[in-house]
Amino acid sequence: MELGPYLILASLEGAITAAVLALTAVGLSLVFGVMRVVNIAHGEFFMLGAVIAWWITGMIGGPPAVGFGVALIVAPLMVGAIAVLADMTILKRLDYDPERTIVATIGLLYIIQQLTLMSYGPDAHPVTAPFNTRLAIPWVAHGEGGWTLIWPWGLGTTSYKLAVIGAAVVVLLGVWLMMARTKIGLLMRATQQDRDMALAFGIPVERIYALVFGMGAALAALAAVLIVPIQQAHYLMGGDPLLLSFIVVIIGGLGSLPGTVVAAVLIGLSDGIISVFFSPTLAKILATLLVALVLIFRPQGLFGARGR
Amino acid sequence: MKSTPIARCRPPIWGGMMLELKAINAGYGRAQVLRDLSLRVQSGEILCLLGRNGAGKTTTMQAIMGLIPLMSGAVLLDGEDISQLPAHEVPRRGIGYIPQGRRLFNGLTVAENLEIGLMARKSGHDTLEEVLDLFPRLRERYRQRAQTLSGGEQQMLATARALCLRPKALLLDEPTEGLQPSMIEAIRQVIVKMRQTGVAILLVEQRVDAVLSVADRVAFMENGRGEAVMDAENLRRDHSIVERYVGV
Repeated sequence: MELGPYLILASLEGAITAAVLALTAVGLSLVFGVMRVVNIAHGEFFMLGAVIAWWITGMIGGPPAVGFGVALIVAPLMVGAIAVLADMTILKRLDYDPERTIVATIGLLYIIQQLTLMSYGPDAHPVTAPFNTRLAIPWVAHGEGGWTLIWPWGLGTTSYKLAVIGAAVVVLLGVWLMMARTKIGLLMRATQQDRDMALAFGIPVERIYALVFGMGAALAALAAVLIVPIQQAHYLMGGDPLLLSFIVVIIGGLGSLPGTVVAAVLIGLSDGIISVFFSPTLAKILATLLVALVLIFRPQGLFGARGR
Repeated sequence: MKSTPIARCRPPIWGGMMLELKAINAGYGRAQVLRDLSLRVQSGEILCLLGRNGAGKTTTMQAIMGLIPLMSGAVLLDGEDISQLPAHEVPRRGIGYIPQGRRLFNGLTVAENLEIGLMARKSGHDTLEEVLDLFPRLRERYRQRAQTLSGGEQQMLATARALCLRPKALLLDEPTEGLQPSMIEAIRQVIVKMRQTGVAILLVEQRVDAVLSVADRVAFMENGRGEAVMDAENLRRDHSIVERYVGV
């Protein structure tokens, strides 16, 4: 069989990476955009989401769909609550100073990581997918007798993988609707534009910050819950999402949500395709190279506004 | 230099609503800007702050809004100490702020900028209509982003946003800076209209003529200290005092 089917398969794998990455990176982008805080601990919130999902599904038992459904809602809420706590006890006391919050979130990264190692342990644990029907992908080939449909042709995907992509799209639409259409979204955008004027017009900026930090972490956790049936939970799993999220946020333009989503699709798809045909390491090298190029030729990112 | 008799400021006639600064000291970090500054603005009165660049006029407004912390002293609105409140509670007590350089929420539309003003004190739709009647131009630009407006329209929006709070006190920091005469006149008329409705107005303005045509009283500032406060009427008759404080 020729290249085509493998390309489709690679694109599908890439689309899953892109979906999860978009959720994680939008969380990071939201926090940076509104609060100007570079959250190095973002990957650990992702990891916590996966670990808590494993813990919840193990505790509830029963059919996988029930435990997973609970985890999908409870894990992001718990991680969000932890992030709100971190905001109120650490970031707020640093006055959201850009440099000091970087150091503080590095500290937070190690605290979360080591606490997880001490309680959860060094092993990777799987979470059973709520549904996992194998789906074969149809392919059309031009043979001797004209066009023929080849189906099934061995390789395929699963219904769960498609559901991950669908869920990510729905959540991203939800985030966009919240930012664009709701009162709380308006308050967030105003705070993002001018913190002092937000205060001068009665916006409780500290509460908005706590909410945004919690939401950013919850989005990372949600992405992790979605991916954990495919990838397994591990206390060091936060590294890659953090690196890729930063790559995506820089390419998309710091603080620009549409840019973040577009860049996530770009990086996710190319990561999937390059990983399948060459190697995952090459994919990371190329993505990092792209960041370097963007920083040199378009420092504000593809969708960022210049000179704020 | 000829010494000029400094008229005593008019005592408060009606004791009701007012904004009062009691010996405030404030600044940025350790750099103190305001030193023992005291002022009072009655409702239905325009008090103008005059002073050279760097005298602390803008800092005074930021201190009132709670955007910079006071080292000592108090800001009272209708007798309530608002300097102890968190910054976002200050506008909710009824202070509208029109900052220097307008500081609009640029990426937001005219409608959204006004909505933020309305939300601060939960003003209703009737407030919005009244404000839009004052500035019909904003109605035409209602769905446009603030950054696409002309300078004059942006100033209208900044003023309208503050009026959406139905303020008891209004702080205007150089509202006519860089505007063409017709716009300056429009803004001036709105300020005068607000005075008639009993708003206490604190105005910072560089152009002395513009000040004298609307102000009831003028307070001079120098190096962060409050100096003489006098009736604008006296200054209109005798310009020499103005020269002393703001002349180059």
